[in-house]
Amino acid sequence: MTATAVLPDQLGPLLHRITGDEKHAPSAHSTLDVLWVLYDRVLRISPETVDAPDRDRFLLSKGHGPAAYYAVLAAKGFFPERWLDDLGGWDSPLGHHPDRVRIPGVEVGTGSLGHGLGLGVGVALGLRAQGYSRTRTFVLLGDAELDEGSNHEGIAYAAATRLPITAIVIDNQSSTHGWPGGIAARFPGWDTSVVNGRDRDRLERVLEPRHDRPNLIVATVERKGS
Amino acid sequence: MRESFIATTTELLDEDPRTALVLADISAESFAPARHRHPERVLNVGIREQLMASVAGGLALTGMRPYLHSYAPFAVDRAYEQLKLDLGHQDAGAVVVTIGGSYDASEEGYTHQSPGDVALLDTLEGWTIHVPGHHDEVPDMLRDAARHDDRVYVRLGVQENSRAHRDAGRLQALRRGKALVVAVGPMLDPVLEATTGLDVTVAYTNRPRPFDAEGLRALAGREVVLVEPYLAGTSAAAVSAALEGLPHRVLHLGVGRTEVRRYGSWRDHARAHGLDAPGLRASIVDFLG
Repeated sequence: MTATAVLPDQLGPLLHRITGDEKHAPSAHSTLDVLWVLYDRVLRISPETVDAPDRDRFLLSKGHGPAAYYAVLAAKGFFPERWLDDLGGWDSPLGHHPDRVRIPGVEVGTGSLGHGLGLGVGVALGLRAQGYSRTRTFVLLGDAELDEGSNHEGIAYAAATRLPITAIVIDNQSSTHGWPGGIAARFPGWDTSVVNGRDRDRLERVLEPRHDRPNLIVATVERKGS
Repeated sequence: MRESFIATTTELLDEDPRTALVLADISAESFAPARHRHPERVLNVGIREQLMASVAGGLALTGMRPYLHSYAPFAVDRAYEQLKLDLGHQDAGAVVVTIGGSYDASEEGYTHQSPGDVALLDTLEGWTIHVPGHHDEVPDMLRDAARHDDRVYVRLGVQENSRAHRDAGRLQALRRGKALVVAVGPMLDPVLEATTGLDVTVAYTNRPRPFDAEGLRALAGREVVLVEPYLAGTSAAAVSAALEGLPHRVLHLGVGRTEVRRYGSWRDHARAHGLDAPGLRASIVDFLG
């Protein structure tokens, strides 16, 4: 697969501010296009509505390597771009894993893998119980993160209760033992689609429609380290 | 106590739309009527305790007040990281209500026992811990917890005192004497029996966290005995901090670390750990000299 490094102009410089690495291509960030499509075209959330009870929820379960997440949030105005210049510093709200208490727009603090989907299931249940039927919940995971057993508790329960939640798995083939038979096969009872994680129009087409049961999107990108 | 929990939580679900209950099969049958009335707020995730805790965190993030419930070894020991991260690190709260602490599930064996639940929660920030000694102490604890969003642990036991002492969050002195013996939750009756005729103050609390440091300083003489129904020494740091600067000797009694590879009843295990009245008396008399 060819990486299409056509990005909205501002993301490249923002990524460079975080990583300090001029040579590293934006395509090194596996989540970048999915995150951009979500925040630019799909999620009903803005800096003004970060506390609105009926806002859409996006949970980055793969809190590991959040540079692309920070770049997108800064580009969308959730926090000042200058925050990007001091990643992991004592006075910086931005760490190597995101902290919801410190960063506007961040719904959950993650980093230890395998927590976001369970939290997302709880969020979706809480929204449903309170009648926010228009509000959607999205969780982004990595294919290696799927190794954590806690995910599989959430996958099975969401299917059993027909919970309208969207999980996106970024597949850059980083799971040590892989997923023979495909990742989608691990999500029985879910609607599933497998798409090119760099094709923003295609991503929008699978992220936009609402489903009346859990929905999995496997976003395939270049193999990690390739 | 479990019946008080079921009755009170069922009432809370009826009264307050913020209340949610998350179960992992344990006690699900008892909550069937509540689940029938509130299917979107009474959630049984199946035998998935990690998910139970994570779901509670997610519910809290949307503004609900989740109660979750299972055996202590599954709700705390197994799901410890979920309690740490999906509640604490998210700055979210929940009410964790357990059965099966220490050796209550004596016939089930060590897989179903948690003597270390309170010690584990002591490694985390901001948990209020209730250890009721009587079923009539349970409803207030659950109702108070519905009025805020903090992290609360309620440890229900099968061993009960003969009478309830409501409002025993702070230390209540029930008998006056020279040395101080503090009994936590269901340890009160055995302590009262064990100290009959001894010159000791017996004080009771059913809310060991936050520990009533002020009350302890006010009641303590030079000798203090703490009797807890979970791992011996769990409150050692709290007692030491409370008595800082005061010359004192302390004895911590509770459940031992050595696994008792026997079944039998909770009474058998209490005896094995020296937490029945004769065992306690022997330890206390030996300590006081």
